[in-house]
Amino acid sequence: MSVDRALEGVGGWLDDRFHGARGFRVFMRKIFPDHWSFLLGEIILYSFVILLLTGTFLTLWFQPSMTEVTYHGSYTPLDGVRMSQAYASTLHISFDVRGGLLIRQIHHWAADLFMAAIFAHMIRIFFTASYRKPREVNWLIGIILLTLGLIEGLFGYSLPDDLLSGAGLRILEGVTQSIPIVGTYLAFFLFGGAFPGNQIIPRLYILHVLVIPGLLLALVTAHLFIMFHQKHTQMPAKGHTNENVVGQPMYPYFMAKTGAFFFFTFAVLALAATFAQVNPIWLYGPYNPVAMSAGSQPDFYMGALEGSLRIMPAWQWVFFGHTFAFNVFVPALLPLGLVFGLAALWPFLEQWITGDRREHHINDRPRNAPTRTAIGIAVITFWGVLWAEGANDVIADHFDVPLYTITWIARIGIFVGPAIAYIVTKRICLGLQRKDNHLLEHGVETGIIRQMPGGEFIEETRPVDEEALAVLTARHNFPPALPPGDTAAGEVPPTGMRGTVGKVRQRLYRVVTESLPLPGPNGHGNGHGNGHAIEGEDGHERAALGPGEATGHGATGTGSTHGDTGDEHS
Amino acid sequence: MSWITARRRHPAAGYAIVAFVLVLIGVGYAVVTSGSATAAAPAAANSAQIAEGHSLFEENCSSCHGIFAQGSAEAPSLIGVGGAAVDFQVSTGRMPAAELGAEQPRKPVKFTPSQIAALAAFIQDLGGGPPIPTAAQVNPNAGNYGLGQQLFVADCAACHNFVGAGGALTYGKYAPSLTEATPTQIYEAMLTGPEAMPVFNDLTVTPQEKRDIIAYVTQVRTQPNPGGFSLGRVGPVTEGLVAFLGLLLFMVLAAMWITAKHGKAHE
Amino acid sequence: MSNTNSPGSDPEFTGSSSGSAAQGESGDTAWQEYLTGGEHGAGVSGTGVSGADVSGGSVSGASASGDVEPEIPGTPRRVIGTPPPAVARTMLPASGHDGPQPPARELPAGPEDPVHAKRAERVVAACFLLSMLAGFGFLVAYSLIGVGTIEKVHHSNLALGLCLSLMMLLLAVGATIWVRHLMPNVELTEQRHPLASDRQDREAFKETFTEGAEASQFVKRPLVRRSLIAATVPLAIAPLFLLRDLGPLPGTSLDYTVWRKGLRLLIYGTNRPITPAEFSSPGSIISVVPEGYQDDFDALAKAAVVIIKFRPGQLQFTSENHAVPNKVVQNWTVDNIVAYSKICTHVGCPAALYEQTTHYILCPCHQSTFLATEGARVIFGPATRPLPQLPMGVDAQGYLIATGDFQEPVGPSFWERS
Repeated sequence: MSVDRALEGVGGWLDDRFHGARGFRVFMRKIFPDHWSFLLGEIILYSFVILLLTGTFLTLWFQPSMTEVTYHGSYTPLDGVRMSQAYASTLHISFDVRGGLLIRQIHHWAADLFMAAIFAHMIRIFFTASYRKPREVNWLIGIILLTLGLIEGLFGYSLPDDLLSGAGLRILEGVTQSIPIVGTYLAFFLFGGAFPGNQIIPRLYILHVLVIPGLLLALVTAHLFIMFHQKHTQMPAKGHTNENVVGQPMYPYFMAKTGAFFFFTFAVLALAATFAQVNPIWLYGPYNPVAMSAGSQPDFYMGALEGSLRIMPAWQWVFFGHTFAFNVFVPALLPLGLVFGLAALWPFLEQWITGDRREHHINDRPRNAPTRTAIGIAVITFWGVLWAEGANDVIADHFDVPLYTITWIARIGIFVGPAIAYIVTKRICLGLQRKDNHLLEHGVETGIIRQMPGGEFIEETRPVDEEALAVLTARHNFPPALPPGDTAAGEVPPTGMRGTVGKVRQRLYRVVTESLPLPGPNGHGNGHGNGHAIEGEDGHERAALGPGEATGHGATGTGSTHGDTGDEHS
Repeated sequence: MSWITARRRHPAAGYAIVAFVLVLIGVGYAVVTSGSATAAAPAAANSAQIAEGHSLFEENCSSCHGIFAQGSAEAPSLIGVGGAAVDFQVSTGRMPAAELGAEQPRKPVKFTPSQIAALAAFIQDLGGGPPIPTAAQVNPNAGNYGLGQQLFVADCAACHNFVGAGGALTYGKYAPSLTEATPTQIYEAMLTGPEAMPVFNDLTVTPQEKRDIIAYVTQVRTQPNPGGFSLGRVGPVTEGLVAFLGLLLFMVLAAMWITAKHGKAHE
Repeated sequence: MSNTNSPGSDPEFTGSSSGSAAQGESGDTAWQEYLTGGEHGAGVSGTGVSGADVSGGSVSGASASGDVEPEIPGTPRRVIGTPPPAVARTMLPASGHDGPQPPARELPAGPEDPVHAKRAERVVAACFLLSMLAGFGFLVAYSLIGVGTIEKVHHSNLALGLCLSLMMLLLAVGATIWVRHLMPNVELTEQRHPLASDRQDREAFKETFTEGAEASQFVKRPLVRRSLIAATVPLAIAPLFLLRDLGPLPGTSLDYTVWRKGLRLLIYGTNRPITPAEFSSPGSIISVVPEGYQDDFDALAKAAVVIIKFRPGQLQFTSENHAVPNKVVQNWTVDNIVAYSKICTHVGCPAALYEQTTHYILCPCHQSTFLATEGARVIFGPATRPLPQLPMGVDAQGYLIATGDFQEPVGPSFWERS
């Protein structure tokens, strides 16, 4: 058998030198759980690979220089026009290099897809709580990767020195300049003097092709290695426990699937580059500081930052001969700083609030953590309002809405929107949990109608099957309060629970762990529905969590209170 | 007998006569009317045209603009606006206005070219002002795209966008897309500054420079998009939508397909 | 699970599934019975397994020896994204360092339905062959279709792009069908190990580390330690110093532009000077640049100016010779023509949008709006300061000139601006 011979030959040669047999066997049989949302990270990875490949191609022709030249290339409309070498070389790639425009467009679309997938992946991780122990470090690495990606994209589309991206650089300079104390110094150091100077493009170039990709590569490698070492999480299902991984082995299954996905990524980017024109710099024209276009936006992933700048009212403070330009550096730093900061702190914040320091390898269903999900949707709403505001003039023009009206809607919506989103999402999650409880208690409707002896018609239900059962019951039951729930007089609470901090923590605990418990064992769920719906006729959907109702039924494992009235299900 | 007389009873004789007369009338009409095309020379207005313009004005315009074109609460005075302004407004269909809003949109033209010329002649005669430009004045082939592009992005693109796709102004106004404007209309708009648009007279932006701008606007809008569909030529906003709703969605669908479990048969 | 309320203890990892809330408890509800019964005792959360021993031996040993019948693959009722129940298998030997055990066969040799597989095989092969053709098509298109005009680039992009897309898409589709329909459907289980090392290893680590720390004398000799730390301080700061020459210090350069008395205003793009008699139509606006600096981007980024012509009575004048809020300095205007800096005071975009009817100068970047008849004061948007007015006059030939620089810094605010 030639496979045997090959393994003995080449394999033996390598193994003699690297002792790989056992390690590679482990690698080959490593199990990867299967869920479509687990592939979002692969979109990012493969877009990155394609960015590296196409980017290398572009560097063979691009000239990162701001020296002025007179254009005499193939794009005849601009013949005789003065422009920087960076712009001219980009025109050269687009019109004088075979496949140049295609590769340029694949590169730009890949950057867009890279960022879009990062947002999607991050959102998936958040809502399924995959950031919990032991994956907090990976979450932090992910946030750093997101930030680096934003910067890399900004630098990348600024390299051709066209009118649109040049305006973006001017905004970057104006924002830098506004930073208190050090702003003007930073701006002059970044640009090598006054704007625009002739240093910014070569500097952005080396950051864009060497420094940041190097950092990205290193961090992506760390990110993947950690994921590999800790093994991937899995969705709650039958047979999935916190101690195992269920799925298909790396070799040959996962390798084939991930290979197919790489080709899908490449295919969709090639399709986009064939049929959807992106960043047509020849239409924008070369940059000059006197010109400006309506509908000037950065690439979409910077949209929230752009929206922050537009939404801000005119607010500045001149104090003892110095200007605090709040109207500029507040929108530049605050919204992104808040969101990214909160995101970075979140795993630790949640651990502190809930006291949950277990390892988690089974993902949460979003509905089973209503507060977390609601906070996530509120943050997305916040981001989305800023995003939409960033496109306000395009929206105004295309949907016939007055320009200032959009800004006013955004100024109010930035506060009202997340609040409404939080409330609505939370109610939806609790409602979905109620539905799950209903299924567990009353079973699945079969459509078979039966008449009872007394003349009453009922619909027969059957209990849910095992697979659905495993999913439906995958719910944490946090105890009603952090230990100690109720300090008896004279007892000293543990360090984390003392004083105001302890009270705040306890209150946050109740809010964050708010969730419907699974139905209790008392006569519910044998499929006939005896009318004790959990829907709060008494309005006690979360009765389990008040201190007065905690009667020590934590031991039943459901957190339900079957205290005084047998009817009260919580 | 002459050659024609000998063939007077030829079966095709009747048809030949009708065709000949039609051609005669057609050529004659073309020759006679060739002087009154929309790009008419300003000196050609005669009193008949002015009178026609006056009566058209009375019927269609005076209700808002006043019987003497002096203006009213709803509409500005037309004294001194010139034939160019009239030609622009009426040939783009903006006038007569259908309703009073933030701005008058381009809409189907109500009048024939000769009626428009008559109206323009009337207003030109009434109060003077910039006349309708000649065809030579607006000829895009006599313009320089590169210089036009430079002027356009400095003075026009802030409202109209870098290729003239249009943009938003305040309080519901907007700078319209320039995809349908004829060279004459572009010239006239620059010259007369309709509604919120500023005025660029011929001494500030010379006729040659206007031709450069016209060259740019008319050539860039017909320029093919080598990279695929243009996505509206409004920039990264539509590109971002495509990235999310197109590319990411496709990848999610592909992911769902790859990870779906299948039974014995195709499912 | 986490149901103990013992004071002072955090919920601990007990090794049982987080999903099996009521498992092990009173089983009088029907749904709970599912958790304790069922054909795969091993398949559900470790019934009866408590404590931290999760090396996976107890649960999976049964199935590894072949006692439990593996589930028939291909059972219907699939839900996208949720895999079917699995049979647990051991990945690694239980203790980790036993002698090699002959691995039990885990993957079937071929798919369940040979007819179906044969069909799939043909589809996959067709995909790959078509992909190959598309690939060759790419090479042919590259060789035959040149670039150099917009049309040719369009055709080249279309042809190359289509071939590349097809090539990739067909590879993707073929590979996917291969995995899904040619490879036998399996579901394997691997046991996790607690990530925390066990106590002995940790103790051993601590011992080795402290031994080494002691041997290195690092802890015992504070002089050595502290002087080392002191030595690293300049080492860490030195790279920052190396960045000093990235650019000049701003000094007072942001306070001034290149405008000075006598410089003519040239129309941008055509570089012609202009007289008030030429710029005479009310409602006109044009971008102007200082003479001599037409091509100097560094200068233009601050010195770009717009001039606007008004009708008499429209401008709100002040007779002062310096800037007054909400007023236009009359001495700096010529014939109701006023000159404002074009550089928006928000973050520096050229504010080029002008509405003749409302007299608004609107910056398209972030919609800062300035009222030109009242000293370009801000009426909407994030800009905090009005556009500075350029003092203007005429020279001997009648052309518009500047009569001095702006009296305040133009463009975005900065810290040193008072």
